[in-house]
Amino acid sequence: MKSDKQRVKGETLLDIRGLKIEGNSDGVWHPIVKGVDLTLKRGEVLGLIGESGAGKSTIGLAAMGFARPGCRIVDGTIMFDGIDLRAASEEEKRALWGARIAYVAQSAAAAFNPAHKLIDQTVETAVRRGIMDRDKAVADSIDLYRRLQLPNPEKIGDRFPHQVSGGQLQRAMTAMAMSCRPDLIIFDEPTTALDVTTQVEVLAAMRDIVEQFHTAAIYITHDLAVVAQMADRIMVLRHGLEVEEAPTREMLAEPKQEYTKTLWAVRKLAKEESISDDVVLNIRNVDASYSGVVKVLDNVTVRLPRGRTVAVVGESGSGKSTLARAITGLLPPSKGDISFNGKPLPRMLKDRDKDTLRRIQMIYQSADTSLNPRQTIRDIIGRPLEFYHGIKGAARDRRVAELLDAIELNESYIDRLPTEVSGGQKQRLSIARALAAEPEIIICDEVTSALDQIVQEEILTLLMKLQKDTNVSYLFITHDIATVRAIADEIVVMHQGKVVQQGPKSQVLNPPHPAYTELLLSSVPQMDPDWLTNLLAQRATAKTKA
Amino acid sequence: MTAQAPDIRNVRARRTFWQNARRTLATAPISAWFGMIVIVIYVIAAVFAPWIAPYGESEVVGKAYQPSGPEFWIGTDQIGRDLFSRLIYGARNTIGIAFFTTLLSFMIGGTLGVLTALKRGWLDQAISRVVDALLAIPVLIFALMLLAVYGKSIINLVFILALLDSTRVFRLARATALDVVVMDYVEAAKLRGEKMSWIIFREVLPNILPPMITEFGLRFCFVFLTISALSFLGVGIQPPTADWGSMVAESKTLITFPVRTFPWIPAPFYPAIAIALLTVAINFVVDWFLHKTSGLRDEK
Repeated sequence: MKSDKQRVKGETLLDIRGLKIEGNSDGVWHPIVKGVDLTLKRGEVLGLIGESGAGKSTIGLAAMGFARPGCRIVDGTIMFDGIDLRAASEEEKRALWGARIAYVAQSAAAAFNPAHKLIDQTVETAVRRGIMDRDKAVADSIDLYRRLQLPNPEKIGDRFPHQVSGGQLQRAMTAMAMSCRPDLIIFDEPTTALDVTTQVEVLAAMRDIVEQFHTAAIYITHDLAVVAQMADRIMVLRHGLEVEEAPTREMLAEPKQEYTKTLWAVRKLAKEESISDDVVLNIRNVDASYSGVVKVLDNVTVRLPRGRTVAVVGESGSGKSTLARAITGLLPPSKGDISFNGKPLPRMLKDRDKDTLRRIQMIYQSADTSLNPRQTIRDIIGRPLEFYHGIKGAARDRRVAELLDAIELNESYIDRLPTEVSGGQKQRLSIARALAAEPEIIICDEVTSALDQIVQEEILTLLMKLQKDTNVSYLFITHDIATVRAIADEIVVMHQGKVVQQGPKSQVLNPPHPAYTELLLSSVPQMDPDWLTNLLAQRATAKTKA
Repeated sequence: MTAQAPDIRNVRARRTFWQNARRTLATAPISAWFGMIVIVIYVIAAVFAPWIAPYGESEVVGKAYQPSGPEFWIGTDQIGRDLFSRLIYGARNTIGIAFFTTLLSFMIGGTLGVLTALKRGWLDQAISRVVDALLAIPVLIFALMLLAVYGKSIINLVFILALLDSTRVFRLARATALDVVVMDYVEAAKLRGEKMSWIIFREVLPNILPPMITEFGLRFCFVFLTISALSFLGVGIQPPTADWGSMVAESKTLITFPVRTFPWIPAPFYPAIAIALLTVAINFVVDWFLHKTSGLRDEK
């Protein structure tokens, strides 16, 4: 659904003028969208891009004439194919939704009803609206499944949502959206929750099907490389306002606004690798499993040098996070041993003394769930100081203030609750809590995955600065190759519980690769708008050769 | 990186506890205000009973069944004690005992509930099954039986009711805590090496407080109704201590007499109304609190 020259752009389908939306917080209305114009022609794909809070999703929903609970559309016009959606009654809008305007949500797992089979949910709208009878709708859905390259299209509809993978579910949702052949589909971050290797397949399937049926689409994402593959035009949003809008190639080649340029620049952060032989943590031939049956870690050997960063990469289910649990003692390994500073590390958490616990700290992916919402920042950061170092009272407060300085926040935050700071600041606080213990190792589990790109860069820069200052070692678990480039000295590639490859960054990222590393690296979206097309062509030729 | 509404809270200045309280109260609906006023009056009556009540708790001050008048505002009971004074003292006894019983049941049920949610495994299984078994027996009948076995004292009453009620608290605490114990901050506390007591009381408990406080209000109502019921049956709070349940029991025969013979017929209704009013008032307040803390939005 990219800018193919042959694609016929029809007349205007969606026209939004001067859209203003407000959101309610504690009884006060705040502007979320502050006057946005947007036009979409038939068969055209518009990419909406911006950080969280930019108003992307809100605009996407407004294009359906819908405002989330707690939001209200206060001004502007929304014309869909000659229908004024702001003036339309609920009934009129309900008739449009599903049939002429469809929506594909970020989390397919949360959007499907777990109690019904996929096929029943796929045909529901078409059958209930009387567009098709059930038999015809089922046949049509199977055809859609086939076009979306779902395995075994005749049978997959008989499964329940939990019986298929996340990527398959996301494609089934696209099939559901397509079932009535809508004029407009709104994709709201449809691949954000997927692994890169799965993302490629889903993107290709969605792009093809939108093209085949000549459907107009709004593609909402925060990932530039992804939107470059999907959209004809890109609109950059910030704080509820349009920053700029241009055709995809033009936008990628020469962004005009300063803000857009900074978005583009983020991807270039990189660290010089440096190798060290002073090993602080040595993991040898470790096996681990949850039920005792399936090995989640299979003969894993990883070494972490002092003052360096080892990045562990792999898709979900590869055992990355399990490795962290084995090191922290939450999931004692069933075989193998872990030595820390040359001494064996007790397998179980409860057998470790306070000083050992202090030396290994952890930072989590979601700062929302890793900071207790009922504790002030003083308590959150102060607790490890008190617990490990016995620092109390005013001395503790002074040290908390120092730590807040170190993470580039200041003392004024000390009495706030985690709910009163932004996502990036929360992640900084998690870092400060880990630092307070004065650890030798910090395990970072996807610490930047939930953050906007600009904030990601800030966090990574901060982590590198802290490493320079305190000589701490990071075991950095991530699925994002750009992050790996930015921060790693060494890389461990994991797949299905096994280590595929371990070595210095330059060695792992440059060919020759083992087959899995090759697949993983080639699946990372590039800013080049032809990337997906070329990749698919490459893989197709490789397949025919084999 | 889900797209979400801008974080508006981060620009908001911190308010003090009192500012927050005042703001919250300003938005309270009329039913909640009614409830709060009633509760405050009851609490004042309970605390200052000796100063407010015109006569002593079990002082015989008139003839039996005197009608209401300037001397005895709502009349006297079967042996000539002032009903109004006994009503005030009754507030003190009934509410006080119910409050301590509920508190005790929350200490037992809440702690065990959070502990089992954290530990899971055989401990969880064992306690949960015992609780299931206890829950299968009706509280009133079980309490009657235990009181018959251990004797009718206030201490026994408090302990027996607290124990029986803690099963329900346990269920709620465990269920709500299960959502909290999977949070990363609980894992972080475990990895830090914190003791179980810290994790229960500092990490988990504050996060399940809103539903627990709501439950406290409702549990209090039930305990208080159960005590009144037991007193009515004669095994609860014993005479001559004033208590609403036993007061209803003492004058219940009056209901069946014709109005002409006993014009002060409402006598048995006063303690009953006192019981009903407090229950309704607490429910109003709890409803409002639940609505506020559960994040339900007022959509038109």
